[in-house]
Amino acid sequence: MDYEKLISAGARAMRPSGIRKFFDIAAQIEGCISLGVGEPDFKTPWTIRDAGIRSLEKGRTWYTANAGLAELRQEICTYLARRMGLSYEPAETLVTVGGSEAIDLIVRTLINPGDEVIIPEPCFVCYDPITTLTGGVPVPVALRREDDFRLRADALAAAITPKTKLLIFPFPANPTGAVMRKEDLEPIAEVLRGTDIIVLADEIYAELTYGGRHVSIASLPGMKERTVLVSGFSKTYAMTGWRLGYACGPREVIGVMTKVHQSAVMCAPTTSQYAAVAALRRCDADIEAMRAEYDMRRRMLVSRLNGMGLACFEPQGAFYAFPSIEGTGLSSEEFCEGLLRSQRVAVVPGSAFGASGEGHVRISYSYSVGYLDEALRRIERFLQEIP
Amino acid sequence: MERILRILEENARISLEDLAAMTGRTVQEVARQLDIWQAGHVINGYRALIDWDKVETPRVQAIIELRVSPKRDCGFDEIAATIARFDEVDSVFLMSGGYDLSLVLSGKSFQDIALFVAKRLSPLDDVLSTATHFVLRTYKKDGVLYGLEPADERELL
Repeated sequence: MDYEKLISAGARAMRPSGIRKFFDIAAQIEGCISLGVGEPDFKTPWTIRDAGIRSLEKGRTWYTANAGLAELRQEICTYLARRMGLSYEPAETLVTVGGSEAIDLIVRTLINPGDEVIIPEPCFVCYDPITTLTGGVPVPVALRREDDFRLRADALAAAITPKTKLLIFPFPANPTGAVMRKEDLEPIAEVLRGTDIIVLADEIYAELTYGGRHVSIASLPGMKERTVLVSGFSKTYAMTGWRLGYACGPREVIGVMTKVHQSAVMCAPTTSQYAAVAALRRCDADIEAMRAEYDMRRRMLVSRLNGMGLACFEPQGAFYAFPSIEGTGLSSEEFCEGLLRSQRVAVVPGSAFGASGEGHVRISYSYSVGYLDEALRRIERFLQEIP
Repeated sequence: MERILRILEENARISLEDLAAMTGRTVQEVARQLDIWQAGHVINGYRALIDWDKVETPRVQAIIELRVSPKRDCGFDEIAATIARFDEVDSVFLMSGGYDLSLVLSGKSFQDIALFVAKRLSPLDDVLSTATHFVLRTYKKDGVLYGLEPADERELL
């Protein structure tokens, strides 16, 4: 069999993850320490785990409604109103298998072959390949360090064509830690109002901001009707393995997404949904505790990186720092490979997140202070080795 | 400022620079605060957490429940202070419940500890009774897991 020929053109064209390669090398190196992981180091708060266990004890092991437990959808709406100032109804809400499925559903629901999807880069690695898979055309817009990696309205306007269907809007951002403040959102909204462009607002890190509360683009006048919000439980409640997220948006879009979701996965995991109800009802204090811990690590990491000459933009969201390594004269891949082989520390090259990530590396601070300290010492030794 | 204490409680070897960065203060402010805490015995020392089970030199620990007779003027303080001065005694706590003082002792052998209890502790005038419980294995101490290292089980995606 010639499997190469059998693979669909769309799947073949998907960009492979640039993170993968480094993790493969790292896995073979003894004593390697990694600052590469993109998930919380905290365990899911006990209240949530207990709710999951109780649901199993009660034998709640059936499918739920395709769109998700009615109780959970109501709690999601209550939570979004309470903490984000957003007004959604359960009928505008779909519970998904992680935020990732929601992203996939939105792209598949909206994109025809040839439609353009604007993707601000550097960004999380899934938007481009999923767009390609559906026959859409990724249109990268480079975010710049001098703009604090925020999307500028003029850059957005310049990327829009009559074929533009979707804007990916992932803030707080992985890998840069950039946030869009209210004053940054207004000019973006102004460009979009009056167009037929939908915003995929990936707000999975909305609870992890440092210095100011997250503002959703959906909360701006005229934006809710053209926004599909994606969020989830993975980062906020340290629930990555539970695979639970959600999308909220115009019911016409959510309705079709639900149809696609029904055919693809039936429903999100039932145990996770019961656990998530407890998360939304009872775990605001856990969010604050985890955020305070991340914030301390963030301050330490950024201060140490700047101290050793890796100029680091101050990340205000998520749990990544994105220092510049341009001063070393190495490309981001060379830097990461050198660091891995010489000091056995794995970080992710900025180029893995799009061409405009070149010259940077992503360092996760979802690690204990002691672990970060050891990794930073090694990075410093590596910098001293570079001629 | 109390956040500094919590950070130190977890990792006493952290540098002043990191402490300052993590709490948004200057190095001088942090250093001054540490001096104040040390002078006021809020911070009573910095020590390593050692799993002695992994070291060849044997070390035995015991927890001793002590019933004592309190004195009219100073209650349990006098006898507690006397006991606390023995080098073999690591910790002394005044307890509620079925006995009065709880001691943590360490020695080179079970016999060491048994002799200490028999020859030094029991003969004290105010000690009414002792019950010695030897520690067989440490699973967790001061918030740290022993022999059950919490390996980072997250898989690289």
